[in-house]
Formats: sequence, C-alpha cells, structure tokens
Amino acid sequence: MWDYVGMSRDEAGLKSAITEIRALREDFWKNVRVLGEGEELNQSLEKAGRVADFLELGELLASDALNRRESCGGHFREESQTEDNAAKRDDENFSYVSAWEYKGEGVEPELHKEELTFEHCKPSQRSYK
Amino acid sequence: MNFKLKIWRQKNSKDKGRFVDYTIENVAEDTSFLEMLDILNEKLISNNEDPVAFDHDCREGICGTCSLHIDGRPHGPKPKVTACQLFMRTFKDGEQIIIEPWRAKSFPVIRDLITDRTAFERIIQAGGFISASTGSAPDGNAIPIPKADAEWSMDAAACIGCGACVAACKNASAMLFVSAKVAHLGKLPQGKVEAKKRVINMIAQMDKEGFGSCTNTYACEAECPKGISVANIAYLNREYLKAGLS
Ligand code: SF4
Ligand code: FES
Repeated sequence: MWDYVGMSRDEAGLKSAITEIRALREDFWKNVRVLGEGEELNQSLEKAGRVADFLELGELLASDALNRRESCGGHFREESQTEDNAAKRDDENFSYVSAWEYKGEGVEPELHKEELTFEHCKPSQRSYK
Repeated sequence: MNFKLKIWRQKNSKDKGRFVDYTIENVAEDTSFLEMLDILNEKLISNNEDPVAFDHDCREGICGTCSLHIDGRPHGPKPKVTACQLFMRTFKDGEQIIIEPWRAKSFPVIRDLITDRTAFERIIQAGGFISASTGSAPDGNAIPIPKADAEWSMDAAACIGCGACVAACKNASAMLFVSAKVAHLGKLPQGKVEAKKRVINMIAQMDKEGFGSCTNTYACEAECPKGISVANIAYLNREYLKAGLS
C-alpha cells in the first residue's frame, strides 16, 4: 500500500498492488495461526479478523483507485496531470461516487455509480496560483 | 535485558487462575512494558501456546485501558505513569516481574490480565455528564470562572478512568474516580445545575456496584497515574452532604 497506493499512483503500480494483496491474502488464509477458541474472549481471533478486513479493504482501495483514471483530491493518478504536474480532473467521465458491491470470494465486485450533480458551483481545476 | 516473568493466567471468570512463569530475553531497554508483553505473546504463539490476554488501546497514557498490577502496584513502580508508558529500563536486568490483573470484587477477571470495568461506565451513566444543552463554544470571557475553580476542574478532568485507585485501595473503593468526575463537572457553572442529582445518583450506583468505602489511606492518590488529589474526595463528601440537606 505504501509503495503503490500512496497519494501518487499509476496503473502499473495499482495492478501490482492488487496482485500482491491477493497473494498475501491467500497466504494469510492458508497459514494463519489463531490460538484459543471462538467461544471465549480471544484477542488472537480479534486481531486475525482485523488483518482479514484490512486485506479486503486494501484491495478495494487499490481497485477503486485503478478505476478512477482521473486525478482528484488526494488521489493523484500519474497518468492524469496537467503540464505543470498538477492534478488533472476529468469531470466528463468521473463525476460519480463509487459504491462497490461485494459479489463473493474471488468474484470482481460490482461498481455502482452514484452520479454527482453540481447546480451552483462547478468543480474545477485546483489552482494555488 | 532479560527478565523472569510471573504472570497471572485465568481462562475465564469461573476459572481459579494461577501464576505461570515465563522468561524473556534480549529485550531492548527502551521497550515499553506492553511491547515486552507483545514480544512474549509472539513467542508464545510461535510455540503454539495461548498468548496472554491484556487490555491496551492508546498506549500513550490517555485512554485508561491498560490495567496491570506490576510487582504489587497498579501501573507498576513509577509514580504518575500508566503501564503503557512504563519502559523496561525501569527494571533491573535479570529481575523477576510479577504481573497481575486489578484485584477488586467489582472488577471481575474476564481472562488473564483483563478485568471487566464496566462498573465505571455505569457510574458515569448514572450522572457523570451534563445534559443541558450548552450551545456552541461561548466567548472566552462570557462566563466568568474563578481561576482556582477552572484549574481544579481541569486537574480532576485528567482522570482517565483506569481503575488503579480501586486496585490500590484495601477497601476497593472507587471514591477517587467518582470524586474526580463530580469535581470536574461540578466546579464549572455548566455542571452546577445538575450537581445535586449527579452526586446522589453516582454514589448510589457506586454502592450498588459493590465498591468499598473510603477510610482515608490515600493509597489511591499515591498510585493514580494522573495524580488525582484526595482533596476531590473531601469535595465529593461535601457535595453529597449538601445534596442530602437541601
Ligand atoms: S482517579 Fe486516577 S487511578 Fe482512579 S480511575 Fe482516575 S486516573 Fe485512574
Ligand atoms: S493504553 Fe491507553 S492509557 Fe495505557
């Protein structure tokens, strides 16, 4: 996540992050060692559950960043920048909020787009100049 | 640094519990006490042994979750320090360290070093709050508050609800905790409105939870990681008396 899904990300990096997270997840589910039982207070189980969540969330973050080919806010897609290296928006194609629907283990989640409509203020390129 | 640990292990509230000996080696002196337990747990897990359950959250002395009785003292040997802010350099190399949970009837052990401290939450629910809407932040000088009151309230507000005062007290009294909350709120004008109801309800809940009475030994103040003063207990008694008379 640190190397490929930071503030600045690109297609190749995001794709390798997804591949690595998937491998890591497989390794996790195969080799995870949780002591104790499920019927009692079990901090190991609690921790393992959190790691499992983070592995899922990490992949989701990376796929969402991959899907959004524009740059906007804290998401800087290296492919989408202006001549002076500022974030380049693409409101034609990406003026939506992404809601990903979980479709089961090993199945690609489905993207639902919640369109954003701006009536009074229109989003525009951020400029500090 | 190397240590011999004697740790209380107890499967659940019904289990009798016992001490188990462990050794831990090559601990850096700047390791915190909880990190030392983390290292021990890593070792236990890789040996297929059950890790030691202990409570922790912020690890920076502000949440009051860590609750270890170390060598017979709540939060260990250093004054005004929580267990999470205690570092291994405080101990002597090769020393034996005894680690137990809080011992108090109202804080039953859930597992190993974790106790159930929801009794404190119920005391807070009974009155440790201000229900009047106080609006948005007022102008700094709109409500004059004597400096001494503001300071007293702020000092009392430093209580993190850890329960060390109960664990230190031979009567397992929760007076220091309750008094800190009552003073923190009652010393300020916004908290005065409900002062009477607050003190009566919080004390009633405290008694219901089975905490003991205060016999002025001051062990609580000595062990409190936030240095809450027993003067708060005097304030609490005065408020309680006043509430009964009016
Ligand atoms: S008074 Fe001190 S020892 Fe008691 S709960 Fe508050 S911070 Fe902990
Ligand atoms: S873990 Fe929060 S005070 Fe120690």
